Amino acid sequence: MKSVNYLVGSPDTINTPLVPFSPLIKEFVAAFSAKLLKSPKAKQFPDIVALGFWCRKSNIEKLQARQSLGNDRVGRGLVFHVAPSNVPVNFAFSYFFALLAGNANIVRVPSKEFPQVEIICDVLKSVLSDYPEIDKRTAFVKYPVSDEITGEFCRLADARIIWGGDETVRQLRTYEVKPRCVDVVFADRYSLAVVDAATVEAASEAEMKKLCDGFYNDTYLMDQNACSSAQLILWQNAAEGAKDKFWEAVARSAGKYNLQAAVAVDKYCKMCEDAIDLECVASVKRYGGNLVYVAELNKLPEDTSVLRGKGGYFYQFDIDGFSDIDRIVNERYQTVSCFGVSAEELREHVISSGLRGIDRIVPFGSAMDISVIWDGFDIIGTLSRIVALS
Amino acid sequence: MSFSLSEITGGNPYGLNKEERTKLLCSALSDLTKNHYEKSEHYRKITDAAGFDPYKAEAAGVSAIERLPMLPVRLFKEYELRSIPREEVVKTMTSSGTSGQAVSKIYLDKENVRNQTLVLSEIIGSLIGKKRLPMLILDTDLIKKDRAMFSARGAGIVGLSMFGREHLYVLDENMELKTAELEEYLKKHEGETILLFGFTFMIWQHIVAVLRERGVCLNIANGVLFHMGGWKKLQAQAVDSLTFNAAVREVMGNVSSYNYYGMVEQLGSIFFECEHGHMHCSIYSDVIIRRHRDFSAADIGEKGVVEVLSLLPTSYPGHILLTEDEGEILGEDDCPCGRLGKYFKIHGRIPGAEIRGCSDTYEKR
Repeated sequence: MKSVNYLVGSPDTINTPLVPFSPLIKEFVAAFSAKLLKSPKAKQFPDIVALGFWCRKSNIEKLQARQSLGNDRVGRGLVFHVAPSNVPVNFAFSYFFALLAGNANIVRVPSKEFPQVEIICDVLKSVLSDYPEIDKRTAFVKYPVSDEITGEFCRLADARIIWGGDETVRQLRTYEVKPRCVDVVFADRYSLAVVDAATVEAASEAEMKKLCDGFYNDTYLMDQNACSSAQLILWQNAAEGAKDKFWEAVARSAGKYNLQAAVAVDKYCKMCEDAIDLECVASVKRYGGNLVYVAELNKLPEDTSVLRGKGGYFYQFDIDGFSDIDRIVNERYQTVSCFGVSAEELREHVISSGLRGIDRIVPFGSAMDISVIWDGFDIIGTLSRIVALS
Repeated sequence: MSFSLSEITGGNPYGLNKEERTKLLCSALSDLTKNHYEKSEHYRKITDAAGFDPYKAEAAGVSAIERLPMLPVRLFKEYELRSIPREEVVKTMTSSGTSGQAVSKIYLDKENVRNQTLVLSEIIGSLIGKKRLPMLILDTDLIKKDRAMFSARGAGIVGLSMFGREHLYVLDENMELKTAELEEYLKKHEGETILLFGFTFMIWQHIVAVLRERGVCLNIANGVLFHMGGWKKLQAQAVDSLTFNAAVREVMGNVSSYNYYGMVEQLGSIFFECEHGHMHCSIYSDVIIRRHRDFSAADIGEKGVVEVLSLLPTSYPGHILLTEDEGEILGEDDCPCGRLGKYFKIHGRIPGAEIRGCSDTYEKR
């Protein structure tokens, strides 16, 4: 496989598993964190800094405590990762998740050129030189489109982590894998927010800023195109004043957004298309010029997958209670961001009503916080096996 | 509709100053907006969703024109946008587009077809006079035979060919210059003004470059060249309109070049570049440059997204269009060429969007 470029590691990656959260793994992850956070280049990239923080010793200890795995666990072996092509650091999280579960890893990095990839790989290489046991189990690869190469990595894998949505999952499923190979797949998802209007009306200016800066990070930071970015905002105890107050604050928080001319035109087009195509769209309001488009719905359509914007184009609807969402929630639904709404009550509703979707309920500002529990999967649990005694 | 195009035809298409023009645009565009609002359901839905009331009385002025709702030009590729019943459609124009791409569909009735021809001949007549001239088409006759190629380039040629006579396509099927036929044609029409038409890049690649290499000049004593199409490929070779014009004179002789900007969605009211390299609005059209962050109107000399306005479209709601081109207004009523109206520059397409996100198309093949 000549055309594979090994950014980190070599073709001689071994598949001998380790113990999840073993002292060696934890020491290595902590050393990586320390070195990454010290790197002057890394500081320019908030997403790299977030990765560095996530890898800190204290956070990993906390994770381990929450995971509370018994001493009956061992990694599955070799994990093959297919990272999304247009998110810069996701591949590194994917790697650390599987490593903490005790696995060796071959990670296909994003095909797009991101400076973050090089910075992370450089730091990783220098830390790996002190950890030969991890080094043997780590390979970061880049290669042009090739059935042969992807096929070979799939044949070697004891587990695969497949990011990149429906199309990537469908593609990867066409390759032959070992009968016992376990897949953790991340399909296309749909996310929403539930907001209590009365709480918004009562919020101070500082509280609104915090709320809407959080909402900005949840949505605009990834052009509103991340699986966990809200598309639909549901208002409880709706009041017109609260909506304007919220969206005007969002427009202020989005002042720093790099709105591309093509995206501005796309959003305007979308408004026209919605006006023609969607009976349920009553009106479209704009805030902060072209930064925020909000389409007001007069009813929830059966299929909400048509309610999907990019770069700051949202839909909103008034609800009387959680049960109003039962009709629309399907297995596509991932994250609900909440404000002024009890996350516990909402979770209780999701579980007791037998909803087929909603895997995460988070406060505003946390929609993008990736974790080892993602898309309803316990990634570390799934990527390790249990050696049972009876 | 109270506004009628016949009120303004027959005079100088570049003869109204800002005050006169603003008055005309305000009343005509507001009438057109009401007309399309009443007759096109799609247009009405868009206008309503955007919260625009076409019947609200507005003080006539530039800001009233700027407030009128724009239709993204892309919509003509996605929807059948008509303001007339289907049975009144006499002609459906389609846009250029390579195979597989969606094409715009523009529905014209008799009145629109007539008005387009009328306005185009006024604009072109102001440059070359009313007489039909011998015409060289700087393209291949294959265009007449190949349907796919016709849709891409042919419509532009047909539109202008009515201003010429004895048309000669100067390239053969292999895009080689028909040297002998061309020489014969020029000999036959010696002393006459020759009309030339072609697409900017084709002319540059297949005629200018070839003649330069041969070290030949056609020695046309008096010629007028109209050319259209993107500058992107020429910009890559550092060729701007003034370089282009000079090169044309070098290999063709005394030929004035007029680049023009227009689209199938607004045929008729096209924009010509004068001898100073400025695109001009006529009294039938206008251009507003929009700041993309809020679509407010940009100042003179400020780049933004191009909005084109035309007084012609009555059968389809295409009188106010948001394009996907970038441009800037250079000035108004003060071009050294003497034409009144806004003059501007087109910088090309706005760059495509780079969108982040988790979902990607795996290994695009």
